[in-house]
Amino acid sequence: MGAQTPVTPEKPEQGILPPRVREELNVLREKAKEDLEALKKPEKTQLFKSMFRVKHDESERSRALSVLTNVFFHLHPAKVNRDAVRYSYTWGMGGISFYLFIVLTFTGILLMFYYHPTKGQAYRDIIYLMSDVPFGKLLRNMHRWAAHLMVITVWLHMFRVFLTGSYKKPREFNWCVGVLLLVFTLLLSFTGYLLPDDQLGFWAVTVGTNMARATPLLGAEGPLGPQVGVTPYNDVHFALLGGSIVDSNALLRAYIWHCIAIPVILSILLAVHFWRVRKDGGISGPAPVQLESEMKPERKF
Amino acid sequence: MDWHQLWAILSAPDNIPIVAIAFLVPFYSWLAFRQARANDRLIAQLEADPQLAKTHHRKTYPWKPGWLKEVHTWPYLMRMEFLAALIVTVILTIWSITLNAPLEELSNPNLTMNPAKAPWYFLGLQEMLVYFDPWLAGVVFPTLIIVGLMAIPYIDANPLGSGYYTLKQRKWAIATFCFGFIVLWIVMVFIGTFLRGPGWVLFRFGRTWDPTYQPYAVNRDLPDIFHITSMTGKAIFGALVVGLYFLVMGYLLHRLITRKGFNRKIYERMSLIQYLVMQFFLITMIALPIKIAIRLLFNIKYVWITPWFNV
Repeated sequence: MGAQTPVTPEKPEQGILPPRVREELNVLREKAKEDLEALKKPEKTQLFKSMFRVKHDESERSRALSVLTNVFFHLHPAKVNRDAVRYSYTWGMGGISFYLFIVLTFTGILLMFYYHPTKGQAYRDIIYLMSDVPFGKLLRNMHRWAAHLMVITVWLHMFRVFLTGSYKKPREFNWCVGVLLLVFTLLLSFTGYLLPDDQLGFWAVTVGTNMARATPLLGAEGPLGPQVGVTPYNDVHFALLGGSIVDSNALLRAYIWHCIAIPVILSILLAVHFWRVRKDGGISGPAPVQLESEMKPERKF
Repeated sequence: MDWHQLWAILSAPDNIPIVAIAFLVPFYSWLAFRQARANDRLIAQLEADPQLAKTHHRKTYPWKPGWLKEVHTWPYLMRMEFLAALIVTVILTIWSITLNAPLEELSNPNLTMNPAKAPWYFLGLQEMLVYFDPWLAGVVFPTLIIVGLMAIPYIDANPLGSGYYTLKQRKWAIATFCFGFIVLWIVMVFIGTFLRGPGWVLFRFGRTWDPTYQPYAVNRDLPDIFHITSMTGKAIFGALVVGLYFLVMGYLLHRLITRKGFNRKIYERMSLIQYLVMQFFLITMIALPIKIAIRLLFNIKYVWITPWFNV
């Protein structure tokens, strides 16, 4: 092409837009710039402030407040013993058990969308879940394995609490709450066993609930049961199954215990357990060692 | 050795937790006992040197003057919790992708599973069914386990060892708990998983589970050995034997507990009711392996026979 013709300085550009609109656009562009700048500091936005209520910087006060003013975090104290964050001391099993409980609640709710607690349909639902539902197999596997894992972590948590003597004064009562939590964890797992309505669950639950027949005084085959008028149709085994064999009533009962009753009881006990951990002086240590020579005589009442 | 049989048990998806326990329990026991030994060394050192005891911060963890005793929950604890949740999620996801939860055929009351096993965490109780009647193994023992666990803080009168690992200061408590947790619970779960085959027959480790195998055994009751035939005689004899066991075992435990200095000191701190409750649970606990032994060695089924219940 030919040589470039020098551009002569023009008057302010005459666009298609009238000057009034251009003025407006300039204002908008300035606002957009400001917003983009603000995005670099999200903690200054109204949205952020409304959610988290307090400033978050690296000051001591801010760190404490970030725990205390958050409903999900406020179970924690603002500060903990510096050695208590060592994994080798706590093993983290209590926290992991709680996390698994949350995972189980989450996957359990999703599973409930695909499950009818009725004889015949229940088994078909599991087959459908495993073959047709997107991620259904993963969902069921995760629920199953998390349940097994939770039993193990609860056992290990109890083992650690015993080995560090953390049940001693003033934590006696919280240990008892913990024992109940263990029992309900096992029951939760056991009631879930029947729900697929397959041979494995059916016979495990048959074997398990047959024990109830032998309850002293309350079971038809238990010591002194028949003597006080207990029959297979009014004993504790019948009450558990809603019948004399594991059938549709038993399936419904297992379902309701598993999905509603026991989780509710467990949640209440969990709240008490966590609350008592705080009230009894936080997690138990690691405490300074005590010496036998300094043992104080026991206070009698 | 039937490797195929062993692999069939080991690789059953529902047995994975048991395989995991075989590694987890020894690992965490080691972790605990290592710290307990370190604490015990420190305790011995401080007991020997009262001057040091006054100045030492009394932990095996390093500490320098000027260090804060406490750290902020955010971020020091929260990041640990977040990491733990992350790791557990990763493990669970991998586990769930690679292994499918078992699903057998549709339940059928007319076709009994053989062996019909309880979920793995209840196998200890199912194992007890071999040696005790269901009212004991299935109802009384679980109740006693729950009540006994809850009683622990109230019968343990030893004020030492609160909040740190130690062996020396709590020998008895730890020995008892490990006996209950590891021997009577975990080991029983393993026996129930690996050694109990069809018909709940005891198979040697790694032997083929032959469903037609019937071990030859004639069980008898203890009164039969003494030629006691009348029902009243059996009931009285059994009550005497069980009563005698409680008295003798109680006496032996009492001797053991009051023998040495420190145990004696703890014993003196206990009230009568604390002591009796502790004795009851200890005696009952020790009765389990004794009953298992007399059944396996002498084929004795019942010790105490009455028209209403048998022990």
